[in-house]
Amino acid sequence: MINHSSSFFSNNIVKLYLGLLIIFSSNLSFAAGDKISYPQLNWSFSGILGTFDRASQQRGLQVYKEVCSGCHGMRLLAYRNLKAIGYNEDEIKAFASENSVNTINDDGEVVERPARPSDKFVSPYPNDKAARAANGGAYPPDLSLIVKARPDGANYLHALLTGYIDAPADQKVPDGMYYNKYYSGNLIGMPQPLYDDGVEYADGTKATPDQMAKDVTAFLAWASEPEMEDRKRLGISVMLFLLLLTALSYFAMKQIWAPIKNQ
Amino acid sequence: MSKSKFKNPVVKWIDHRLPVFSFMDHELNHYPTPKNLNYFWNFGSLAGFALVAMIVTGIVLSMNYTAHVDYAFDSVERIMRDVNHGWLIRYIHMNGASFFFIVVYIHIFRGLYYGSYKAPRELLWILGVLILLLMMATAFMGYVLPWGQMSFWGATVITNLFSAIPLVGENIVTWLWGGFSVDNSTLNRFFSLHFVLPFVIVGVVILHLVALHRFGSNNPIGIDVKGTQDTVPFSPYYTIKDLFGLSVFLSFFAAAVFFFPNFMGHPDNYIEANPMVTPAHIVPEWYFLPFYAILRAIPDKLGGVLFMFGAIAVLFILPWLDRSSVRSSQFRPIYKIFFWILLLDCILLGYLGAMPAEGIYVILSRIATAYYFFHFLILFPLLPYIEKTKPLPISISEPILGGGSTASAFAVREKK
Repeated sequence: MINHSSSFFSNNIVKLYLGLLIIFSSNLSFAAGDKISYPQLNWSFSGILGTFDRASQQRGLQVYKEVCSGCHGMRLLAYRNLKAIGYNEDEIKAFASENSVNTINDDGEVVERPARPSDKFVSPYPNDKAARAANGGAYPPDLSLIVKARPDGANYLHALLTGYIDAPADQKVPDGMYYNKYYSGNLIGMPQPLYDDGVEYADGTKATPDQMAKDVTAFLAWASEPEMEDRKRLGISVMLFLLLLTALSYFAMKQIWAPIKNQ
Repeated sequence: MSKSKFKNPVVKWIDHRLPVFSFMDHELNHYPTPKNLNYFWNFGSLAGFALVAMIVTGIVLSMNYTAHVDYAFDSVERIMRDVNHGWLIRYIHMNGASFFFIVVYIHIFRGLYYGSYKAPRELLWILGVLILLLMMATAFMGYVLPWGQMSFWGATVITNLFSAIPLVGENIVTWLWGGFSVDNSTLNRFFSLHFVLPFVIVGVVILHLVALHRFGSNNPIGIDVKGTQDTVPFSPYYTIKDLFGLSVFLSFFAAAVFFFPNFMGHPDNYIEANPMVTPAHIVPEWYFLPFYAILRAIPDKLGGVLFMFGAIAVLFILPWLDRSSVRSSQFRPIYKIFFWILLLDCILLGYLGAMPAEGIYVILSRIATAYYFFHFLILFPLLPYIEKTKPLPISISEPILGGGSTASAFAVREKK
């Protein structure tokens, strides 16, 4: 500390600070300690500069709508939120109006009206019990937060959706259960949802199960963290400001302390 | 006090009747501080900053939060999705809790290394331990509020600990819950207490500062300040050093908030609380893990609870457990080694708290728990009888100045 000839970057404190910050900011993805390991994909939205791929998200919405939404709700998402993945108001209105919600009219009767952009995504079942009853007792979880609610969520989801294989000979698969190599315990209540050309993509992308799994994961990752792009963008500015503040306060400190250190 | 030191007539007028400006000038500006403090002395002010940040973000969050089992989870998600920059406020609060504990734990180990708890700073230390205890209660109840799976099951496991109390245990648990399970009344009272306890912490922090300013900061060589040649005025020397420390702290804090906001959380807490589904592993927040490991290391439930609270209780009586009159570890060659063993022991306990309670983990937690109590209850009182401490310097200035100049830092500042 007494040596003033050292430059800013050769100072040990500065090296430690920058070193730790770089380690901390580079991709800190600790494996959650699960016994099953799944393929680690290179998502457009991972890393500190990652953003969502709009085309993939829109294809993912199509997969959700045509495949997943038969059983899974997304109750935290509103139709208006779709603006963030590149739809205009008319498209959102049209998309919402394909669903209907209950309302109470002026005579106090329960009536149906088409959903509006301000409505939340309409769930496929009126309540949890109905959902269970329709799925052999297994509850199809709401997908609004699914990527955040599972360790290594995006990779897990992609793996799960593409992990259906024939059960090994010694494994008995009960009725209404399916074998999935990535599901904890391997027996899952959800039948294989994605098959070749399960949906027909408007942009001509070939709808393989792998492609559809990637797209719907990109869509669901956004649904879990709709603030992600704003958050990272603001984060970059804040980090640059803080690096500057750190450097300035460091030099100010050195200058103020110089007479004391030189005594 | 004959002539006012303030030039501004309004300040002068107020200060004559209500000497708040004199007080601040005395305690924040001229306040003599040892000139040899190292960067570990930054963590007190960082903890203060973290407390203020938690209170400010917490108040804003409470304006949008609904403390009801049917709405709590969704109201937090509404903050994340629909409230302007709600995600920022919530992520600051959520990660702020972890960072508050990081700086406080470093602050505590600083005290342990440099003997900051020894006479005449016993009450300063005890107030600090009280703050830690209040922080733990506040953090625990705060974690329940989002009403996710870990919120619910963490609350169930921890409140159930009180059932280990003989005779009245079950009644106490019912009383804590306000019912026969963790439910709406539990959530409501936890919200209420989570809101009010931080202000109790502020009160104890003020007492902590009053006690600190009675004798001033301890310092790395642990000997008393002999005169003005050993000190510098708090401002600008330590205001600027604290600002630098704060910038470094904020860099890490911001990196977590903006790029890894859920790194220190548990994914299960994004699943709404469900009393019918128990998570595979119920783990508390990382800052409770060492205590959780001690709890599980003891085969008896009541014993586990007593040892867990005992781990904090020994901190309260530490000033009297440590019989050595030498403060700083720099002059205690044997204690210095044991200090690092204790630190590693606490980190090991933290790791074990996150592991399932089976096989080798149980054996290791028992050894680590035994060492923790050995360190406090046996080592601290007995070590001074066998340890030969190194000779202490005559004054703080001596090792730095080499016995030459006695020029005061106050004089340096006045000259400018």
